[in-house]
Amino acid sequence: MFAFLHKYASLMHFYRLSARWSGWLALATALLMAYGLYGGLVTAPADYQQGDSFRIIYIHVPSAWMSLFIYMCMAGAGAVALVWKIKLAEIWLRASAPLGASFTFLALVTGSIWGKPMWGTWWVWDARLTSELILLFLYVGIMALDNAIEDRRTGARAAAVLTLIGVVNIPIIHYSVEWWSTLHQGPTVSKLDRPSIHIDMLIPLLVMAIAFTTFYFAAALARVRGGILAYDRNTNWVRELVGREAARGHG
Amino acid sequence: MAEFLAMGGYGAYVWSSYAITALVLGINALLARRAERTALQALAHDLTGDDDDATA
Amino acid sequence: MSMAGVFAAVVRRELRRAARSQSEALYPLIFFVLAVILYPFALGPDPALLARVAAGVVWVAALLAASLSLDTLFRNDYGDGSLELVVLSGAPLALVALAKASAHWLLSGVPILLLAVPLALALELGGTTLVILLASLALGSACMSLIGTAVSALTVGLRGGGMLLAMLILPLYIPLLIFGAAATSNAALGLGAAAELYFLAGLLVLAVTLTPWATAAALKIRMG
Repeated sequence: MFAFLHKYASLMHFYRLSARWSGWLALATALLMAYGLYGGLVTAPADYQQGDSFRIIYIHVPSAWMSLFIYMCMAGAGAVALVWKIKLAEIWLRASAPLGASFTFLALVTGSIWGKPMWGTWWVWDARLTSELILLFLYVGIMALDNAIEDRRTGARAAAVLTLIGVVNIPIIHYSVEWWSTLHQGPTVSKLDRPSIHIDMLIPLLVMAIAFTTFYFAAALARVRGGILAYDRNTNWVRELVGREAARGHG
Repeated sequence: MAEFLAMGGYGAYVWSSYAITALVLGINALLARRAERTALQALAHDLTGDDDDATA
Repeated sequence: MSMAGVFAAVVRRELRRAARSQSEALYPLIFFVLAVILYPFALGPDPALLARVAAGVVWVAALLAASLSLDTLFRNDYGDGSLELVVLSGAPLALVALAKASAHWLLSGVPILLLAVPLALALELGGTTLVILLASLALGSACMSLIGTAVSALTVGLRGGGMLLAMLILPLYIPLLIFGAAATSNAALGLGAAAELYFLAGLLVLAVTLTPWATAAALKIRMG
């Protein structure tokens, strides 16, 4: 079983295997986003209380979900990198950090913009938004630590440790809405409960969430492929690949 | 169409949110593609640079 | 050497070093006092206002002082090469980490607790509220030492050192701050603070069990 996994963890195999994935993922992202945006901006009926301003939800909630999802991916990759020393996991972690930070930033900004017509204020210090703000600093810290360490591999593994230390913060973020009564809306979708929003409003939300996810995998994959070449720069397969590229450039 | 843009009076909020999102995701997409391309090109450049030294 | 022996040896070494270079141990405490007394200058000496902000002010100053004092935790060992030796020697690093954190708490956390009493009183915070403040700080400062040891191990010897350490650590401290301040403000309002204190105690248990391993991993990665 581990031989099977190790084959896929092999940088060369992954690089070759993933050559077409980026394209497909980008296409899927474009299609899903088109469908989701149309559903969210056009088809979904205006909210009874918030009117059309609620349409920001189609960016805000998927961004918030991604900010947490990507962090969990990083924590998983970090654990794999530390325990099994798999280089691909290190590269995946470093590739994910700026994407996670971007989605966290978007969740905060759209949350703030949405808050102005909803609550009359640009910012409320409630548990959910505040925890998202802390998450942004966690992301920035991980990127700063990785950046401060010169050796690529040491930096990735140090970032992995920091990611795992921070992951304890994630349950506090996730359950903060339940722990404290806040101004922020209750969770709109839960695994077990029926969602509290109308189905026509819900579907574009889920579609946008999937679209953001494919976007993350597409962008992360591109970075990972670049990272693989850097990690394996001295191996034969990369040298051959580079040689062909150089020949194309000169040919 | 004007109604669509106005978003029931909330147009500025809705469209600025979507615009910022498009900007941030767009930058991420560009940087990601650039990371993939320049990795290969930089290594190729190193290689050809070495070759030049070898022939000199 | 037994586990207890290793633990005691590390703690004793830290205490002895602090006794030798007292300034290193004292500066964060002086900073703590300074940070607190800045606020009356900033906000005015109105007793009612000071009483309201006292708990938060003391907590924030404690966080900042802790971040500063953690910078030197591994620095001397890193500088003279002994840290690398310890890591390569096969010593039980998690135990060493726990000992380092305990020593840090003794040298930094406990003095802050003691200093918090006159400072809180000067900010018009007393009675049961003060007791709850101290309880929350006791639990919180122990967590700070434990978490801080791990992050300090990650950043040892890096350029940007102290500021980078503070930047990484303060977000991790915020949950402590939230519950510590909530406990104290509840007490000030005459409400129960048990839930918040239990939560801090829970975080402490989590920190004691997990952070030594994180520190050990960090040391192996940075020094290996």
